[in-house]
Parts: sequence; structure tokens; C-alpha cells
Amino acid sequence: MRHIISLLLENEAGALSRVAGLFSARGYNIETLTVAPTEDVSLSRLTIVTKGGDDVIEQITKQLNKLIDVVKVVDLSEAAHIERELMLIKVRATGKDRDEMKRMADIFRGRIIDVTDSTYVIELTGTCSKLDSFIQAIDRGLILETVRTGVSGIGRGDRILKL
Amino acid sequence: MTMMNGAEIVIRCLQEEKVDHVFGYPGGAVLNIYDELFKQDKVKHVLTRHEQGAVHAADGFARASGRVGVAIVTSGPGATNAVTGIATAHMDSIPLVVISGQVATSNIGQDAFQECDTVGITRHCVKHNFLIKNVRDIATTLKKAFYIARTGRPGPVVVDIPKDVTADRHSFEYPAELQLRSYTPVTKGHSGQIRKAVNLLMKAKRPVICAGGGVVLSNASGKLADLACRLNFPVTNTLMGLGSFPGTDPRFLGMLGMHGTLEANMASQHCDVLLTIGARFDDRVIGNIESFAGAQRKIIHVDIDPSSISKRVRVDVPVVGNVADVLEEMNRLIDAESEKPDIGEWWKTIEEWRGRRSLKYKTGKEIMPQFVIEKLWELTRGEAIIASDVGQHQMWAAQYYKFDAPRRWLNSGGLGTMGVGLPYAVGASFAGLGKPIVCITGDGSIQMCIQELATAKQHALPIKIVLLNNHFLGMVRQWQELFYESRYSQTHMDFQPDFVRLAEAYGHVGIRVEHPQDVEPALRKAFEEHKNDLVLLDIHTCPGANVFPMVAAGKGLSDLILSDSL
Ligand SMILES: Cc1ncc(C[n+]2csc(CCOP(=O)(O)OP(=O)(O)O)c2C)c(N)n1
Ligand SMILES: [Mg+2]
Repeated sequence: MRHIISLLLENEAGALSRVAGLFSARGYNIETLTVAPTEDVSLSRLTIVTKGGDDVIEQITKQLNKLIDVVKVVDLSEAAHIERELMLIKVRATGKDRDEMKRMADIFRGRIIDVTDSTYVIELTGTCSKLDSFIQAIDRGLILETVRTGVSGIGRGDRILKL
Repeated sequence: MTMMNGAEIVIRCLQEEKVDHVFGYPGGAVLNIYDELFKQDKVKHVLTRHEQGAVHAADGFARASGRVGVAIVTSGPGATNAVTGIATAHMDSIPLVVISGQVATSNIGQDAFQECDTVGITRHCVKHNFLIKNVRDIATTLKKAFYIARTGRPGPVVVDIPKDVTADRHSFEYPAELQLRSYTPVTKGHSGQIRKAVNLLMKAKRPVICAGGGVVLSNASGKLADLACRLNFPVTNTLMGLGSFPGTDPRFLGMLGMHGTLEANMASQHCDVLLTIGARFDDRVIGNIESFAGAQRKIIHVDIDPSSISKRVRVDVPVVGNVADVLEEMNRLIDAESEKPDIGEWWKTIEEWRGRRSLKYKTGKEIMPQFVIEKLWELTRGEAIIASDVGQHQMWAAQYYKFDAPRRWLNSGGLGTMGVGLPYAVGASFAGLGKPIVCITGDGSIQMCIQELATAKQHALPIKIVLLNNHFLGMVRQWQELFYESRYSQTHMDFQPDFVRLAEAYGHVGIRVEHPQDVEPALRKAFEEHKNDLVLLDIHTCPGANVFPMVAAGKGLSDLILSDSL
């Protein structure tokens, strides 16, 4: 099962490597990991997408909680939540492909944010699977570069991860 | 306010923490700290002969005294030498503060002389670690380090201090309180869970209590004894739990696990309620995990660390909390019960298993190692602090020395580090316990930290070293005999030093023992005539002796190989 784990972390040197190191040391998998400071600069917020059975996810949350720098942990996927990922994708855009690429970007509600004679950079936001679908929908051979941020997640409504 | 340099602040913090002994080894990056150590006499420094020895000694001190052990090492090789010691303490949840020197902040990352990323290297074998970048942070960081080391599930904390930080000046104020929003260890267990646990215990027909190192760490032996005696329940110990329940009590079944007794293993497998306290279902303790988990019984698991619960074995009633607090609450509830469970039938079954005397061994012309431990127990009336190394001798010590009180059994259970024995004995010697300190070791293990004979001489420590010399890396040889058709690959010690003369070279007493009838006189000589000397007893034991009972790797707890004398 895919899980989205969110955590608040002391914004200290080395704190991120404790989290990343925990996953490698215990053989847990990380699909994506994002991290940035919150409105309170002493805290960072991390979102980790991982896969595993219930037992593994239980251990992951417990082990994360055990790290001294980790302030709070929630498994977002336990209840209603929103996930978003940002992708920047550079594609070849010449001849008939140029129009087609513009059309695809529109369908996926992407924005073209850089244009040259032969290339576009398209910005796309959405769930992981939406970004995957876009990549599948366009001609693979036209993709020059992709860069994805990894998933950020937040609980819906009253589910709040705060101190 | 008076200003002082960072090194003096470090020493003042140690004084505030009432640290009377530190174990260490100097070097460039800790020169400032050593200079301040020199100028005062409240914190005494024990110079070991290797940083591994320093950390093990601090660890042995902590195990024996229940206090936080402190070690000081220099940067680079000092820190890397300390890693084995730190990892050893970490696996057994021993509270340590290890202060390491680091190159000056301006040199960090420059591949400076004796630079290594100590915080990075030790990250996976500490409870927590810190790099102090500013002199004003020293006091708070050390306060945090001691607090984190000794609270919750204890463990080692490394504090890395660059040389310039120990030279910079600042005022000293030791914080009275700490605010650690991300670290709030639990104490009391959930009362509903404790109620459930007690209900299960009261209905049990075939109960077993399995007590681990957590009972020792939380000083809860008295409360455990109360519980077991109130209910007349049988008790077994993990290797780390030995001494948490009196080894001579008739309710004690001996150790369980890979080299557990028949009665302890059978009872743990065939009970209907297993109360596991302060233990973590280690693979050496439970054997084959499917076989263990497949038994029809309810498991109650009391542990301070939530991540220990249901990590390897799903349990029925988890109780997260400090073992001492939880036991106290349990005892209160049990007292209120009018009827105690009647487990007479169960005791009969257990006595049948016990009647098979699974620790019996054959005797002959050669010295049997088991016999040596039995004699040692008799002679010391079970009162000695036993610091053991790792191997067959460790298992024999665990099986045949009956520990009646906690903190008398010091050994590396989790990491299984050969070489800990002598430095543990050195460290324990400074705990002020007024008891004889014995190091039980093997011909392999003793050579891994042999240099600490010098430390022992310098401080005139009257340690008794019982070297069970089988000319083999015996524990590995045993596996080769049983599972590799006796192909003794690299386990025979073809050459050995003359241990007697080696002890003498360090200024100690050495005695060679070769015949069974000489064992007791030699032990007497060591403990009586040479009471105040370090004595190394080089006891040549039967090379082929094996540790039984044994649960082979992958087998269930009740699938025991018994000694062929049975
Ligand atoms: C540092 C280290 N290296 C290797 C091992 C693997 N090992 C476990 S027991 C053992 C043999 C120990 O020999 P000795 O100290 O003579 O004890 P004996 O088993 O003969 O009593 C070895 C090599 C270990 N536990 N620790
Ligand atoms: Mg040996």
C-alpha cells in the first residue's frame, strides 16, 4: 500500500539525514521526499511517500517518532487528504508537434512557461498519477527533461498538523 | 559574570551532572578539554589504552552503577575507534555521553588533519548526537545530552565539539530546565491496558514471565519479584535480563533462548499467557519467529519503547510505559484481587522439564568450563560483578553463575562485541560497589582489548580474570562442528601468547590451571592470597566442550539440542 507520511522536523543541521538514514538503514522504501521550512522557521515539514504493509508502516511511524528531531508524525493517507506534485517538463516542440504539445498541456491544465523555437517548458501540478498520465499521453521521444518535486500533502478540513 | 573557555564549560557541566569519573584518551582536538581536566580534581579521568576501551569502560561503569557513563575521545581516529563501543552501548540501551573532539569549525569539510564526520559516522549507532558550533551552546547541549541518554529508553549520545569552540570564551550557566518539544518519553502505562493485562494474568493457567534488560535499566527488580511472588508465577530471563530476578529463587527457570534451559524454553513456548517485560523478542531469544508466534498463547508486552512493540511479534496486550511504573500499577491491581490463579498443574509440568536437568554436563580428566563457573559462583557466593566477553564462555557464565541481583552481569548482548569484558571490568571498578569484579573471558576475546591490563595496573584494580582457554574461537568452532561438518576454518588459535607471562609483563599475577582438581585452589589463591591484585587465571579447558542446550538457527524454541550426556 502507498502511504503519504507527513512530519514536522526541527529545522536543524543534519535532521533530514536522520530521517533519510532511518529509511535506508531499516530497508524502508522512499518513493518521494520533499522538505521545506514552515511558517515557523524553526520547523521543517516533510512529506514522504512510501510503500509497505500495515506492519511496516506502523514501524516507520514509530521509528520516525523515536528520532529526537522529529516533532510530529501523521500518516496522511489514513484519512481525507490532498496531495500535489509539481512537474517541469521540457519537450521538443517543432512542426506539427508544437501545436499538439500545446493542446496536451491545455488538456492537462498545464502552463507553458518557457518557449524557444524548438522547445517548451511545461509546468504541471497535480497528483502523482496525473503527472504520470501526462508523460504517458505525450510522445516519449519528445521529452527532453523532466523534473518533479515529489509529493506534498495536507489533511482536509480540520485535520491539522501543527504543534 | 565570569567568562571562561569552552573547555572549562565542558568540565563544569560534567561537575553539574555529578560525574566523578570519565574514561578517555587525549589528542589534538581535545587538548583544551584535557588542559581543563588537569586543573581540577572533581572529575577524575581514567586513561585507557585505546578509545574502544574507554567507551567500553564508560559503558561498564554505566551498567554496573546505573548512572550515565562518560567517555572523551579525540577527533578522527579517536572517534572512529570509539564507534564499536558506542554501537555496543546502543544495542543494549546503555546511557552514555561520549564527548569527541572535532577539528576547528573553519576546517570542517576541508579534509583537515584528523577530521572525520563523527556525527555522520555515529548517526546510526546513537540515540542522538550533536555537533556544537558555538561556545554559547555547550551548556544546553550537554544538559540535553545527559537528559536524552538517561531518560526513556536509554542510549548513547555523542557530542562533537570543534577545537575552537573549546577555546572560545563565554559565561557559564547550567540550565535548570530543558525544553525539548520533540522528546517527551512516556512513564506511566495506559491504565486500561494494564487492567487488561492483569485480567489476563489472573485467568492464566500456564503463565510465564519473561524479564529482559529493561527491568534492570529501570531498576524494577524489586517490583518484578513482588509480582512473581504474589502470583507464584515462573520467571525466565533473557541474556540481558539476568539478575533482574534472583537466580536462586525456585520460581526462576533460567535463561531462555538459543542457549536457554529446557524448562525456560518449553514453558515459554507452551504457556497460555506470556508476560514479557522490558525485552524485545530478539532472534536469539525467540528462535524461529513463525514457530514462536504460532504458539497458542496470549502475549502481554511491557516496554518503554513503542517501536519495540509488535516489531517482530504481534502481541495481544501492549503496554507502553516505564517498566517500574507499570509493574507497580500491576501489583496494586493484583493486590485488590481476592483470588490468585491456581497454577499447580503447570508447576508440575515445569518440574518435569526441570527434572531433566538440561544443564548437566559430562566430566572427565579435562577441566570443564561449566565446572569453573560453578566453582566461581560458590567461591564468590554469587556476589561478584561478572563482566563477560563474547563466546561460549559468555553462555556458560550466563547459564551457571546464578545472579541474585541486577547490575552484576555485564555483557554485550545485542551487538555481541568480543573485547568488552576487560574494559567492562575496569569501568565497573570505578562504580564504588565494594564487590569483587570478575572478567570471564576467552582466549580470543581477551586479546581484543588486552591493552587495558595497563589501565588496571595504573589504578591498582584487583580484577580477577577467569580466562576459559580452549585454544579456539569456541563459539564459532561449535557452529562449525554442528553445522559445517567439523571444518574448523580459522577458528583454531595455533599460536597463543603465554598469558601468565603476559599478565606478569603488565605487573599482574598470572596463574596457569590445567587440571580439574587445581581449579578451586587457584580460584582461592586469586580471591584470598591475591585479594588486592589483578590475577589472570589461564584455565585450560576441554577444547571440544560445547554449549547446550542449543536451539539451532531457524528452529523453534522447543526444538532443543541437548547435551549428549542427557
Ligand atoms: C568483534 C567480534 N568479532 C567476531 C565475533 C564473532 N565471534 C563470536 S564468538 C567468537 C569466538 C570467541 O572466542 P573466545 O573469546 O575464545 O571464546 P570461546 O567461544 O572460545 O569461549 C567469535 C569469533 C564477535 N562476536 N565479535
Ligand atoms: Mg576460546
